Amino acid sequence: MLQTFNRSFRTAAWLGWQVESNWTDPLLFFAFSVLKPVSSVLILVFMYHAVAGAGSDAPIYAYIFLGNAFYIYVGAVMAGTSYAILDDRERYRTLKYLYIAPIAMPMYLLGRAVARFVVGTLAVVITLLVGIFFLNVPVNLLTVDWPLFGLTLALGIICLSFMGLALGAWTLTIRNEPWFLGDAVAASLYLFSGAIFPITLLPGWLQPLAYGLPVTYWLELLRRATLGPNAAAFPTFAAWSNGQLLAALTGLTLAFGLLAALAFRFFDRLARERGLIDAQSNF
Amino acid sequence: MAHEALAIQTENLGRVYTIKAIKKGEAKQRVALNDVNLEVGRGEFFGLLGPNGAGKTTLIKILTTLLAPTHGRATVAGYDVARQAAQVRPLINMVSGGESSGYGLLTVRENLWMFGQFYGLDSKSTYRRVDALLEIVGLSDRAHTKTSDLSTGLRQKMNIVRGFLTDPQIIFLDEPTLGLDVGASREVRSFVRNWVDERPDRTLLLTTHYMAEAEELCQRVAIINAGKVLACDSPANLKRRLQREAIFRLDVSPLRNGALSTFETLPGVRKFVHTPQDGKSELDLILAEDGAIASVVTTLTSHGAQILNLQKREPTLEDVFVDLVGLSMEQAAAS
Repeated sequence: MLQTFNRSFRTAAWLGWQVESNWTDPLLFFAFSVLKPVSSVLILVFMYHAVAGAGSDAPIYAYIFLGNAFYIYVGAVMAGTSYAILDDRERYRTLKYLYIAPIAMPMYLLGRAVARFVVGTLAVVITLLVGIFFLNVPVNLLTVDWPLFGLTLALGIICLSFMGLALGAWTLTIRNEPWFLGDAVAASLYLFSGAIFPITLLPGWLQPLAYGLPVTYWLELLRRATLGPNAAAFPTFAAWSNGQLLAALTGLTLAFGLLAALAFRFFDRLARERGLIDAQSNF
Repeated sequence: MAHEALAIQTENLGRVYTIKAIKKGEAKQRVALNDVNLEVGRGEFFGLLGPNGAGKTTLIKILTTLLAPTHGRATVAGYDVARQAAQVRPLINMVSGGESSGYGLLTVRENLWMFGQFYGLDSKSTYRRVDALLEIVGLSDRAHTKTSDLSTGLRQKMNIVRGFLTDPQIIFLDEPTLGLDVGASREVRSFVRNWVDERPDRTLLLTTHYMAEAEELCQRVAIINAGKVLACDSPANLKRRLQREAIFRLDVSPLRNGALSTFETLPGVRKFVHTPQDGKSELDLILAEDGAIASVVTTLTSHGAQILNLQKREPTLEDVFVDLVGLSMEQAAAS
């Protein structure tokens, strides 16, 4: 079992890296992987200055900037994991051969997410450096709580991979326009996870949804780790300690891990019943 | 556990596809497999012969754990394909023809190495096998070529190497020569035949709609049409079903419908297939005895048809199919 997990994950990570990095045109690779997400954050920064008319010393500025910078991982890891299914099924036509191979398909998909994580990290680091050195984002690299940051980042990436796995399994059963699913979920989470505004601004009836999302706690912890005491300016989780936030994130990660395993089992069975493992979508 | 001597066994295996309709409540069902009962022994080279849409690929998908059966049961190497997929998968592999699968940005060698890794082969022996197999199929000079730069035929050869690389106990070949030119098809058939000769304990299930391919390669053949297995035996025994009949092929000037309807009631004509060709008609006839050809010729002449060529020949699997279905493979695929 462990050997199967290991070879599925390791080989898939190698394949993922070949797929993600082996661009024939490095300029195109840079534009797609780095410039696009960085530009999205910059657009938001300039909108903030134009609409809010506030300076970069307002706490909400760092809140928005960091939320968006780290949100790059959501698109890269979560949506990316589900894209692996579609890439293999639709573009490379290899999914059926992978499916009949003695691999653990969930581990394969998690392995494919590794390369997305690496490319996402490149975009996040560049965005943060641009923010710190050119856009007055108040992050001092010397005072960052690195252990908290590392632990939070790792937990969040694991959780996003689980969410991607569940999405990928769901994608297996969608015949019409399956590509929309990853983007649609990433866009929904963007609204409800406190990436661009504190979740207390959401209507009361929507707030429980935000509190049920691991990304909400993940972003809050990443902000606390990078901003230190300045993060306390945001009231949403003022009464929560780092330990409580970590416990919530850990619990939700475990819950999403279980959900992903169940979802994979369910959708895998459904896809085999409907004959969709090697189907081509109608797009 | 199923019978140890059997590589593949199906019992009343069926598959029904539900096709969603545009309007609600109008979903249609299409029977792809209907109570299929097959037994393939270990070490056997078994063929599934039938026109497009006969259910061959559906059966392979079920046997390779890609598709769940609607009813019935199938075992591969003694394991139930629906309930014990994890036990089946290390023992099998599959090659489908007529498609361009593979990671285009990887080289041929990288693609194959990767699949070797997924099957738990160590790198050294994977590369050794890859190089040996590429040499056999004549692809060694393309080992370091990106897959996207290969022609369809060369990609198919790579795909065949992928299937055989893991030395599976049971391999499923689904129309492996589909879309290949004559030379490449011959090479593929030769490779497959040699592989079986060298490994008498390995089982191979081949689906094809090429009669000659099934006849040349398979020890036993099941003829399948519209999801049903109509006959299953060795090619020689299948053809022996027609040993009392006389098989003729006639090329005549274009026939009118009146002439064709006459054949249906003509004494001695058991089955006939009319294939309109450019500027002529081709008639394949299964006659109860040689003497019946005289009335066929008379009938044709009376309808003003000119006989261009008349040939008596030995029965082929195509004739067996015509005898069983009443249509040629081409007509059955179109119907």
